[in-house]
Amino acid sequence: MLKIKNINTYYGKLHALRNVSLHVNAGEIVALIGSNGAGKTTILNTVSAVTPPADGEIYFDGISISRLATDTIVKLGVSQVPEGRQIFKPLSVEDNLELGAYLRSEAGERKKDITKDKDAVYALFPRLGERRKQTSGTLSGGEQQMLAIGRALMAKPRLLLLDEPAMGLAPLLVQEIFRVIEELRRQQGTSILLVEQNARVALRVADRGYVLETGRVILEETASELLANRDVQRAYLGKDKKEIWER
Amino acid sequence: MKIWDAKYECMPREELEELQLERLQATLNRVYKNVTFYRKIFDELEIVPESMQSLSGLVNIPFTNKEDLRMNYPYGMFAVPLREVVRVHSSSGTTEKPVVVGYTRNDIKAWTNLVARVMTAVGVTRDDMVQITFSYGLYTGAFGFHYGAEAIGASVIPTGTGNTEKQIMIMQDYMTSALISTPTYAMTLAERMDCIGVDPKKLSLRVGLFGGEPLSEAMRGEIESRLGITATDNYGLSEIIGPGVAGECEYRCGMHIFEDAFIPEIIDPKTGERLPVGSVGELVLTTIKKEAFPMIRYRTGDMTSLEYGPCRCGRTMVRMNKTAGRSDDMLIIRGVNVYPSQIASVLAAIVGMAPHYQIVADRKGAHDFLEIHFEAAEGTFFDEMKRQKAFLEMVEKRIRSVIGISATVKLVPPNTIARQEGKTGIVIDRRKT
Repeated sequence: MLKIKNINTYYGKLHALRNVSLHVNAGEIVALIGSNGAGKTTILNTVSAVTPPADGEIYFDGISISRLATDTIVKLGVSQVPEGRQIFKPLSVEDNLELGAYLRSEAGERKKDITKDKDAVYALFPRLGERRKQTSGTLSGGEQQMLAIGRALMAKPRLLLLDEPAMGLAPLLVQEIFRVIEELRRQQGTSILLVEQNARVALRVADRGYVLETGRVILEETASELLANRDVQRAYLGKDKKEIWER
Repeated sequence: MKIWDAKYECMPREELEELQLERLQATLNRVYKNVTFYRKIFDELEIVPESMQSLSGLVNIPFTNKEDLRMNYPYGMFAVPLREVVRVHSSSGTTEKPVVVGYTRNDIKAWTNLVARVMTAVGVTRDDMVQITFSYGLYTGAFGFHYGAEAIGASVIPTGTGNTEKQIMIMQDYMTSALISTPTYAMTLAERMDCIGVDPKKLSLRVGLFGGEPLSEAMRGEIESRLGITATDNYGLSEIIGPGVAGECEYRCGMHIFEDAFIPEIIDPKTGERLPVGSVGELVLTTIKKEAFPMIRYRTGDMTSLEYGPCRCGRTMVRMNKTAGRSDDMLIIRGVNVYPSQIASVLAAIVGMAPHYQIVADRKGAHDFLEIHFEAAEGTFFDEMKRQKAFLEMVEKRIRSVIGISATVKLVPPNTIARQEGKTGIVIDRRKT
């Protein structure tokens, strides 16, 4: 479904992605693991053309998207949930969701269909349904994250790019967010490319993962293999030596 | 017949090659970061590991050969710290430095899965009783098949090597249906059954998976008719992973190399150039899934050719033909790899300088044997019979300790061994293959 081949991305002079190739199959959840500055978020931003690649190819469903603009990529079915839940805080929950469907209503899609999808988001996140008229700036951190995901879903993506959905959330809310991620895949077959500092949680829902270091992919394995990899355990799962030894 | 891992074994080639490129790129980045040997040669040759843009770019990377592994004995080629290694195996050689290979927990799992593919491809199922007659020790053979068979759900009978009559008794009484052995040992079993009056046709035995040495078509035919089984070939080497690199399917038209884990190339052993598809040359393998012991362009020394055409079994993975000899002068005697240079160094150490010698590999019945002839000279020839005998026995013992199998040593008159320019020794392989 998504194929990235030999991409290089720069921030000015900084070579952020070095010849990265990876793929996401239809209905697959793929996690990107790595420390800060490894290039995880840059991969998402490169796919959605926020920071387009200097060279290399990106294919979505066989179509080359590496030279396309962000809105065209969204129309093709790729939605990104940026880090830090950048929602429109003065607007209500409902208005935020409708903004997520902006490109669809602009394309002349019927209001009825959009309302139906809004209801689907409320079904997925009942808390948002209860607060649909509330100003979104007054929502809790977890609810804002749900809204950010919900808004991305309003574009009816087939591939969801999720950047740090668990950041700063209490453990119970993290569980809730990841429950929804799994449900999305199960119900709608949505493919998900996931960036997450909390590698343990990410690898529990993911099928496969890539480990990044200084802009390079250094490992591609199934999620269960990555969880068993002691390099990954030590560096990204927060297990210390003692814990690994005494396991 | 069933396919163990259809998702990979039958993956469309285009998709497979993309997966290979991803894994190759990650492997190169990893070895550059973790293996001093590779970092040094990449730096020397100004190879940027992340510059690999396509599979064909692999030709720009230097080979790894057995000598490199010996130089880095024992752990120099490991890409993970030792505490992450859960298993160590090594190649033959009891006093000379062997090659040491390591596995992480994930490597063992991947290995298990690869051997399960080999076994499933020739019809081994959970209903089989699998008798493993390889040595359970530093060699990879026995453990590889052991894990593969267990993963399938078959019952493993880990008899190990030797004690042929007991092996036959177990085969009868435990109702062994699948035999894992060297081709030579299968013949030994057949001969012994003849001697002790066991009719192989009355056994439950139906399939054999042979390894450790090449299975020639003549040998395959003989094993099949004498034991009344289907004899199948597979390929592996401990430097790469052990068994599980490639195996035949039911159509027996070459061995499918598991390309999601290994990238094969065929090169001219003299020039090192990559040869066009279909040519016979030396097989070079790159591992793209291993954690502990990744190998970049490892020269296997085995001569073969690759067949990319589709196979009737549905697997998309390339087939390698039966190995057609070695690019070096390695001999395989009863499943053990013997290098003439090992023997030469023993002789040189004893005599002071390398005498003229010849190594003769021959076969009596199903039994391979090795003879070493060297010319009588000062220090090797004694007037006294007793001393002469003791001397030859001492040489035999030393050689055995180095190559790991016994060889008969004979003294021959001076100037009776044919001279070959630049060499003091010659190798004669009289075994019909």
